[in-house]
Amino acid sequence: MTGPAALQVEHVSKKFCRSLKRSLWYGLQDLLAEVAAQDGSRGLHLRPAEFLALDDVSFQLQRGECLGLLGANGAGKSTLLKMLNGLVRPDAGRVEIHGRIRALIELGTGFSPVLTGRENIYINGAILGFSKKEIESKFDEIVEFAELADFIDTPVQSYSTGMQVRLAMAVAAHMQAEFLLVDEVLAVGDIAFRMKCFQHFLDLKNAGKTIVVVSHNMVDIHRVCDRVIVLDRGKKIYDGAVASGIAAYEELLSKRGSLTDQRSADAPASIERVELFDEDGKPCSDFNTGENLTAAVTIRSQRKIANARLIVHVLTPSLGLLGAFASPHKGFRFDVEPGTTVVHFSIRKLPLLVGSYSLRLYLYGPDIKDFYHEVSQAALFKIVGPPVDAFGYGVCHTIHFDHKWEIAEPSPGRESALTQGHYNGL
Amino acid sequence: MSLPTSPRHDEIVTVYSAASQLRQPLQLVRTMMQDAFAARWLAWRLLVRNLSARYRQALLGHAWGLLPPLLTTLVFVFLQDAGYFSVEKTPVPYGIFVLTGMTFWQVFADALQAPMRQVSQCQTMLTKVQFPREALIIAGAGEVLYSFAIRLLLLFVVVLWFDVPLASSLVYVPLGVCALLALGLALGLWLTPISILYQDVNHGLPFLVSLWMFATPVLYPAQASRGGSFFVRINPVTALLDTTRSWMLGGASPWSPNFFWIFGLVILALLCGWLLYRLALPVLIERMSG
Repeated sequence: MTGPAALQVEHVSKKFCRSLKRSLWYGLQDLLAEVAAQDGSRGLHLRPAEFLALDDVSFQLQRGECLGLLGANGAGKSTLLKMLNGLVRPDAGRVEIHGRIRALIELGTGFSPVLTGRENIYINGAILGFSKKEIESKFDEIVEFAELADFIDTPVQSYSTGMQVRLAMAVAAHMQAEFLLVDEVLAVGDIAFRMKCFQHFLDLKNAGKTIVVVSHNMVDIHRVCDRVIVLDRGKKIYDGAVASGIAAYEELLSKRGSLTDQRSADAPASIERVELFDEDGKPCSDFNTGENLTAAVTIRSQRKIANARLIVHVLTPSLGLLGAFASPHKGFRFDVEPGTTVVHFSIRKLPLLVGSYSLRLYLYGPDIKDFYHEVSQAALFKIVGPPVDAFGYGVCHTIHFDHKWEIAEPSPGRESALTQGHYNGL
Repeated sequence: MSLPTSPRHDEIVTVYSAASQLRQPLQLVRTMMQDAFAARWLAWRLLVRNLSARYRQALLGHAWGLLPPLLTTLVFVFLQDAGYFSVEKTPVPYGIFVLTGMTFWQVFADALQAPMRQVSQCQTMLTKVQFPREALIIAGAGEVLYSFAIRLLLLFVVVLWFDVPLASSLVYVPLGVCALLALGLALGLWLTPISILYQDVNHGLPFLVSLWMFATPVLYPAQASRGGSFFVRINPVTALLDTTRSWMLGGASPWSPNFFWIFGLVILALLCGWLLYRLALPVLIERMSG
């Protein structure tokens, strides 16, 4: 489909202020500048205590695309979403939106606990931009979606939290717009309701709506997005396919994780560096599930250490430690020579799915007490393929299990035993 | 039969940039008009919500709105009767004079506080949802008028009970009420942007309002202050309130000619206040706590 992009974000920046007192004072200055019809040219001038929450971000979104915004807390995702929604204005740059835009940033806005479910549907709907006619025509659908037909004339204060969330979500889900902004609200309610919401969003997506989603849940992102943008401290650092975008985001989290480099005071040896290679011996950091990974560990030592040990931890930012193995396990013994020694190890048939991983290495002497050196994030690597499937038709999450399925052969003996067991149970 | 094939030409295009909205005044005025029109249904919903949420859990319900003018009236009638202070002779019994004055004064006082109250009540909504911001002000004005209607009912009951003759200029009273409402909203809108940043405004306003009442001929006839307080004379509420009360109860009002040019200025101030509110909100929302 041709025509202008649904969304154009051009070199957008936004300042924020760390100090409340100053922030209020700057607010007053900005207000006066606005009234004085300022031309926006001083937007990037940083006053004391200010920083850029969004820093020169540009991208385009086509009609019908579903974009995921990823980033650690404070990376600027919510600021960007608020800007697209017109709640805050850019300090520099320009945003152009084609079509009616609606945002699902907060659920249940305007709910009043003393009013009934019915009255709250009308209020929340009106706030979310429903016209009177729209609400009246969608009312039954909303009540049915929320599964609250019996309670619709009961005050909302006597609803359980789950019921309130369902009601709020039901109203929000029926918003009419060509362009939707969704912030962390997909994961509400019990699993049955969540699946219903997902189905609803997939339907919206298939109906050609343009959607921007913010979520910390990578499975959600996988399920609904066609494309991912990763923000780090206000800067766009990745824009592209979902799986490698998630890997880029996780890599960012890994790098953010605590970088420890501990060694004992009198350690004679230390780990100098770790390099990763693919099967052909080429330096590599991107692998596919099932490939072999080889690592070269360079150790520098002042003296000879007989029967040294290396311990390898494999980690992922979302789950932490996945597993560990030590060099003596496979009967491998090695001596560290004065100067440098290079040790190779390989992980065969990587049982990991698309994502970002890191290695943490420990160097020990022969005895348990002989700790020499610990290096977290000694090496980072990504699994970039094959694609995973989060809809329940393929494999997903972290570990790749070698698995197989079959239909059990009907065997008369076993069946009668089961039946008997059943009766015995009664 | 042909179906519309391309909706493109009337598609909504929104642009946000760093430059002040005042740089495109035509577009600004157009969106202000559109939003004010689009805000009707939401404003009505907010009004219904606020009123029912406020009174649903009260036994006396909507009668609570009667309390402020009624109490003030009783206190001042008592003080006057007991001789603690005396005012010049009023054209109608003093109690009715004060009750009428209070009923109209409350329109102004409520309207003055309405925009700030609405904005601070709806902070979360303002920081999270995009909706026509005019709805808050319209809903606030609606609440003011609703309270006024209840108080007016009380006033009519009292007037009938004491068999006080009403002037035939009664028909102009709605105009006076509009003027008082507009003046209150205008000043309220001017103060709102600052009140978002600095709570001082919200803390100080109730004191200002009660002082202001004494500088307005609510409890005494306007003539009594002739040559008296400077504040009473420069106070724009004086002309509006005194004229409106005279329209209702009869009696000469020396301020009458002032009413119309003050009304004109008030409308201008209201439009400027609206513009300021529009310009200020996008700039100030980022400074608000959601």
